[in-house]
Amino acid sequence: MVSKLQTPLTVTAYKSDVHNDWCPGCGDFGILQAIQQSCAELALPPWETMVFAGIGCSGKVFNYMASHGVHTLHGRVLPFAVGAKIANPDLEVVAVGGDGDGYGIGAGHFVHAGRRNVDMAYIVMTNEVYGLTKGQASPTLGRGQQTKSLPLPNTNDAIQPLALALSSGYTWIGRSYAFDGRHLKEMIKKAIEHKGMALLDVLQPCPTFNDLHTAEWFNKKIKVEGGASMVSRIFNLNEAGHDGAVKDPTNLDEVAEKQKKAFEMAHYHGDRIPVGVFYEIKLPTYVERMQAQAPMLKKYSPVRIPYEDASHLPTTDLSKTYEEFLF
Amino acid sequence: MKVVNEVNWMIGGPQGTGVDSSANLFSQACASAGLWVFGKREYHSNIKGKHSYFQVRVSDKPIHSHVDDVHILATFEDSTARLHAHEVVKGGALIYDPTKITLDDLNLKSGVITLPIDFNSVIRHVAEVTGMEYGTLSLMKNTIAVAASMALLRMDISNMEETLARMYTGRKAKLVAPNVAASKKAYEAVDALPDEMHDQFPYHLEPQKNTPKRLLINGAQANSLGKLKAGCRYQTYYPISPATDESNFLESHPEYGIAVVQCEDEIAAIDMALGAATTGVRASTATSGPGFCLMAEGLGWGGMNEVPIVLFDYQRGGPSTGLPTRHEQGDLMFAAFGGHGEYPRLVMAPATINDHFHLAFESFNYADKFQTPVIILNDKFLTHSLETIPPFKENNLVVDRGRLATQPELEAAIADGKGFPRFRPDPKTILSPRPYPGQEGSPYWMTGDEHDDYGHITENPENRRKMHEKRMAKYRLMLEQIPEDRQFSLNGDPNAEITLICWGSTFGVLEDALPILKEKGISANFLHLRMLHPFPISAEKILKKAKKLVIVENNWGTQLGHLIRMSTGIFIPNQIVKYTGRPMSLNEILESVEKIHKKQVAPEVDPLTGQSIEKVVLTYGL
Repeated sequence: MVSKLQTPLTVTAYKSDVHNDWCPGCGDFGILQAIQQSCAELALPPWETMVFAGIGCSGKVFNYMASHGVHTLHGRVLPFAVGAKIANPDLEVVAVGGDGDGYGIGAGHFVHAGRRNVDMAYIVMTNEVYGLTKGQASPTLGRGQQTKSLPLPNTNDAIQPLALALSSGYTWIGRSYAFDGRHLKEMIKKAIEHKGMALLDVLQPCPTFNDLHTAEWFNKKIKVEGGASMVSRIFNLNEAGHDGAVKDPTNLDEVAEKQKKAFEMAHYHGDRIPVGVFYEIKLPTYVERMQAQAPMLKKYSPVRIPYEDASHLPTTDLSKTYEEFLF
Repeated sequence: MKVVNEVNWMIGGPQGTGVDSSANLFSQACASAGLWVFGKREYHSNIKGKHSYFQVRVSDKPIHSHVDDVHILATFEDSTARLHAHEVVKGGALIYDPTKITLDDLNLKSGVITLPIDFNSVIRHVAEVTGMEYGTLSLMKNTIAVAASMALLRMDISNMEETLARMYTGRKAKLVAPNVAASKKAYEAVDALPDEMHDQFPYHLEPQKNTPKRLLINGAQANSLGKLKAGCRYQTYYPISPATDESNFLESHPEYGIAVVQCEDEIAAIDMALGAATTGVRASTATSGPGFCLMAEGLGWGGMNEVPIVLFDYQRGGPSTGLPTRHEQGDLMFAAFGGHGEYPRLVMAPATINDHFHLAFESFNYADKFQTPVIILNDKFLTHSLETIPPFKENNLVVDRGRLATQPELEAAIADGKGFPRFRPDPKTILSPRPYPGQEGSPYWMTGDEHDDYGHITENPENRRKMHEKRMAKYRLMLEQIPEDRQFSLNGDPNAEITLICWGSTFGVLEDALPILKEKGISANFLHLRMLHPFPISAEKILKKAKKLVIVENNWGTQLGHLIRMSTGIFIPNQIVKYTGRPMSLNEILESVEKIHKKQVAPEVDPLTGQSIEKVVLTYGL
């Protein structure tokens, strides 16, 4: 069980003293701030919290947190984070990465993390470009689009991460926007508190390399077809009536219906962008599944199984297994 | 002339027809009769149909290698007889099905006894007495072949009945009765043959009385047990031959609580194990060549972040997919140097099946002690070879978790408020204390980027030098702190005329070869390197003192030979190599050492060094 502090700490307690070198106006600032606020409001002990990050601009989040911060390898944030959480489920594990990191080079791990339903949050910072390598197209940039540093328009189609997460078995799927601090923080808290694998895709501008989808673009009021007045581009789908939470996971009709609706919302087309909780279901976590097969793991998590005594002599008794081989 | 307790038995057949279980049955029956067993398994990368075979050598003395001469070839279809008949020695026997093959088609030596068995009629008999359906009993052909062999070897059938009862339990318990009935019928038929026929076959097995209990075990199993004993409780893997056997074994023992996680690929496998290791659990992964290549980047991260992790590489024939189910010692150079940049890693290889247990245990201590990746080079040969060995000696085992954070250090980090100085080098020991997440005061940062004492990224050149030198100094610590007798051993007469040099699984065949070479008047000893990287430089004195060096390796280019030259400047022109995917037999070693001794090897130019070498290339085995 992840523990909570009796006396919550202020948000400052989750900030390291490392100088932040993101470009001015970067969406990463909003996301980092919201993660730190969420940790404070959830009263997470920093020494029991591990923030794993991928590689890229987003990866630097690890160093700005005053919890355990782990900067992994490009695309590999999920295997590292999953490994830690299974080994010690008492830790609060949060994975953070960019869209190139998670949906590009790490796409295989992204899919399989859904199948396992490890109890953790994965926050993906989606800005449609590989910023740190100077703005190449990421897997979320649409075909034909040409951001600042692309010599030619993008030849690939974009993937739809929320739909991919849905097909892969993620049990909580949401989207937010980097500069809507209040919504983002609430969504991060929900993703962390969800018991199972949560994907929070966070849209963000890259002020240096993405000149198509800028903060102004996201904030622009637009007129939709048939509509009388101007509306904001980003809208909260839950406020608009979408309830993605499965009430009874054993009711397969309900599950199918909710998945269908979430899939439709993930592929929402037109000029507006829905944010909010797309889908949510309670299913046994990976650790619970393992515990059902190995009762020892109910008693101890892998990191706590005793195997040596006070004088460091090994205590694992193999004699029953030796019987299989003794002649 | 009677030859007692020196038998090499071979069974073969298409994969999926129970060749493996029959070899297990034969081995277990011999082991329970107090005899020593060494069994070698050969099979294709295929599920059903292609040819596989298993040879089991039995003796009343400990044995650690296989031989080429076959004394009994047990077959129940045509392909095995066709492929292996020529290997049966004069005086040996062929068990065959006369309805499947005519002897004229076989390349048999003269003087081989041929024993026809109508397998189908035995099965028909079993169907009658047990009331079972004929079609469901066809897999029993191999049991019949084993029973016929037992009768020929004059072994009591009771050993076999007990073994069958032990082999088939639970859902398979219903197989005991028909198998016992089949083996009895076959045994009686052979037993009833006239004495003159039995007298022609000189190879007999005699049960040994009052022998202590021994383990009949293969390398993968011994390795797994060593890991469990060491406290390894986190194992990741992606299915690959021949490494998967280890993970399967661990997963089939949930009572120890080891979390065995099947990953989406080997990249995830190494990274997940690393993530787990950061929490303090003893973690490892097991793989084979292609998977090992995928793990190169993750290992470098482990080196950079000083994470204790053990990687077991079950070597197989390479490169690429290579020979997926065959043997090779081809990954040494990659284990020692694979990856970008420089980081310290410890590379070791177990010598014997017994050593699999001990080295697996130790490897976790070394990983914790030096806080860096440890790579253990297993190989297909011993992974799947069955051997009788005395029970593992557990009394000297001690767990060493290395330098862990102390309570005062954690409190100092809390007071300091800057995080835990996880990477600050200790002025004396170099190594830094390691806290576990969850301990108050533990937070620090990990990154593959160069970093300072706390794990913060910095590209400062002075810090780079400090940290790089700290990490690379671990090589010196390994050489100083790993006991010399765990680094290498010189076996046999220290003043011998010829010094054979080997690593990993060729230990057994050289151990068996020494006394026979001595009988032939060839004075030889052998240097076995368990530790391969960093190179155990104190072995240099043995190399320098040796009169004639011969390197023995299961690869083309003598990878250890190159490491020796790199580390000591000593070039070894006399080489015995094999790269057919098959391990070296005792016969091959004896013949090739004799050839070198008699200076019968033609010199050639080594393209890698331009030096003149004398290379014996071994080729025996299907």
